[in-house]
Amino acid sequence: MTPARLSLAQPVPDEATPHYTEPATVRLRGQHLRLGYGDRVICPQLDVRIPDGSFTVIVGPNGCGKSTLLRSLCRLITPQAGQVYLDGRQIRDYPARTVAQQLGLLPQSATAPDGISVLDLVSRGRYPHQSLLRQWSPQDEIAVQTAMQATGVADLAGRAVDELSGGQRQRVWVAMALAQETPLLLLDEPTTYLDIAHQIELLELFRHLNRHTGRTLIAVLHDLNHACRYATHLIAMREGRIVAEGAPGDVVTADMVEQVFGLPCLVMADPVSHTPMVIPRGKVHMA
Amino acid sequence: MSPSDYLYLGRPTGPIYLRVRAKGLWAGMLLALAALMLAGLALGAGALELSHAQVWQALLGEGPARLGAVVREWRLPRVVMALVVGGALGMSGAIFQSLIRNPLGSPDVIGFNTGAYTGALVTIILLQGSYFEIATGALVGGLAAALLVYLLAYRRGIQGFRLIIVGIAISAMLAAFNTWLMISASLESAMTAALWGAGSLNGITWDKALPSALFSLVAMMLTLLLGRRMALLEMGDDSASALGVPAERTRLQLMSLGVVLTAAATAAAGPISFIALAAPQIAQRLSRSHGTALLCAFWVGALLLLLADYCAQHLFAPRQLPVGIVTVSIGGLYLVWLLFRQSRLASS
Repeated sequence: MTPARLSLAQPVPDEATPHYTEPATVRLRGQHLRLGYGDRVICPQLDVRIPDGSFTVIVGPNGCGKSTLLRSLCRLITPQAGQVYLDGRQIRDYPARTVAQQLGLLPQSATAPDGISVLDLVSRGRYPHQSLLRQWSPQDEIAVQTAMQATGVADLAGRAVDELSGGQRQRVWVAMALAQETPLLLLDEPTTYLDIAHQIELLELFRHLNRHTGRTLIAVLHDLNHACRYATHLIAMREGRIVAEGAPGDVVTADMVEQVFGLPCLVMADPVSHTPMVIPRGKVHMA
Repeated sequence: MSPSDYLYLGRPTGPIYLRVRAKGLWAGMLLALAALMLAGLALGAGALELSHAQVWQALLGEGPARLGAVVREWRLPRVVMALVVGGALGMSGAIFQSLIRNPLGSPDVIGFNTGAYTGALVTIILLQGSYFEIATGALVGGLAAALLVYLLAYRRGIQGFRLIIVGIAISAMLAAFNTWLMISASLESAMTAALWGAGSLNGITWDKALPSALFSLVAMMLTLLLGRRMALLEMGDDSASALGVPAERTRLQLMSLGVVLTAAATAAAGPISFIALAAPQIAQRLSRSHGTALLCAFWVGALLLLLADYCAQHLFAPRQLPVGIVTVSIGGLYLVWLLFRQSRLASS
């Protein structure tokens, strides 16, 4: 961790770098996907596999189709061609509730109903586990409390969601997604609109969840350095195609970043996490 | 709001276990009690004043047959229909305000009432229809207008804003057509039409009330079953889908139920405005909860319409006003208050 270890060369993997080995199982994958809206095709042909137990992060420039891919993985949009498979079966063949028990989503835009309390909102995450006559259970109680504790919103339980700060509110939505207790959790730009401290706090929380509860996380992130630091599996996209895929230490190079973002840069070892760190070469500093 | 704010019904391990907001449940019960007490009062009031004991006797089928007929055949259908129609409108308003996520949402948004008026006018003026034919005409007109608005606003799903804009456009065109029908009608037909258009419970009988009441009750049951999905849909389609609620299908089901509830109410009493607009808002302020909002909206709607009808009958007795006029007057005041309050909130 001393500055002496900083080098301009490619990062040397060490103990802190997440070594990712392809697991035996892949529960969620997309095959020959063509994604788009109407006549506008965003991803012409795409194959994707989400390794179980990974913290997969999808990165790429604006409009490269990363959110579209994420939305297709959780059935929010239907592929124009190809299929998304969950446990080897086409995901569209499952009942909505069954999918919701396996696959959670933290959407980019969600509105909290006026005046709803934190406890009520987090409790809604339990809906896929409930039925008409059994609208509540001791397991629900435990799941909701655990989720609120993990995200640090237990003290806010009685507060109205609309009174909270942006960072607190985002953690409440995360708590709702956690209360759903799904083995797979999709996160669509979860750190947008948060300040840097809250971004790191949230990403640390995701890493903790990934490592200690064994959940598979799939996130779309804008910040490449965050992606390098927290992802165990990185998917880099450009113009609807996957350009590079693998552990950040293996795939993030200056060439790759230039190819994906069109940004000349240096890639160094992050002095703290020893993961790749991308430093743009802006024009002014080139001389 | 601590866990003690919840009431648990059933056993944690049994087949039934529910968790409800205590405040919402109490609010609902108090509203129901108030509505039933007012109903008792309304049954006793009129040209023939009856005591509580007499009303009770008449309801049980005891006492003089003449009193029994007055209470059971004249006043009871009117009171029951005020409760059912008001409740149906309240629930329907709650559905539309939830779907459109706007406190000004109501079945009017999708052009139902104007369409129903067109249907009634066509039946009255062009076909010289009877009571049941007018009701049927209103139903057909309202449903057709609602369907038209839905289809025109549909583009890969329904958005609240587009629904409102298309609804306003269709309503305006239908209103122009209605005016043309009115001025080209005979005086007698125009009078009948205007009376129907004011919305009234005058002269309602069991025969006229029952079909509409049955439809309303079935639709209400189905709406209550969808209540939880409706609440989840308010968080946005993505969140609802992630929780296993098929957004577009649920929205269509809820919208259909909202239209059926309005249709049943309109068939029985003509277009009655304001209840669908105000009842859900008042219910939400009283219950401060979302799970019980539909039931509270029902009871507030029932209470409001019963109260309005009571005023319509007795405020200027022996002259009876159409209840629609009373609700419109209160509705105007309510809107002014709502706008005043929102502008103060915005400036503070």
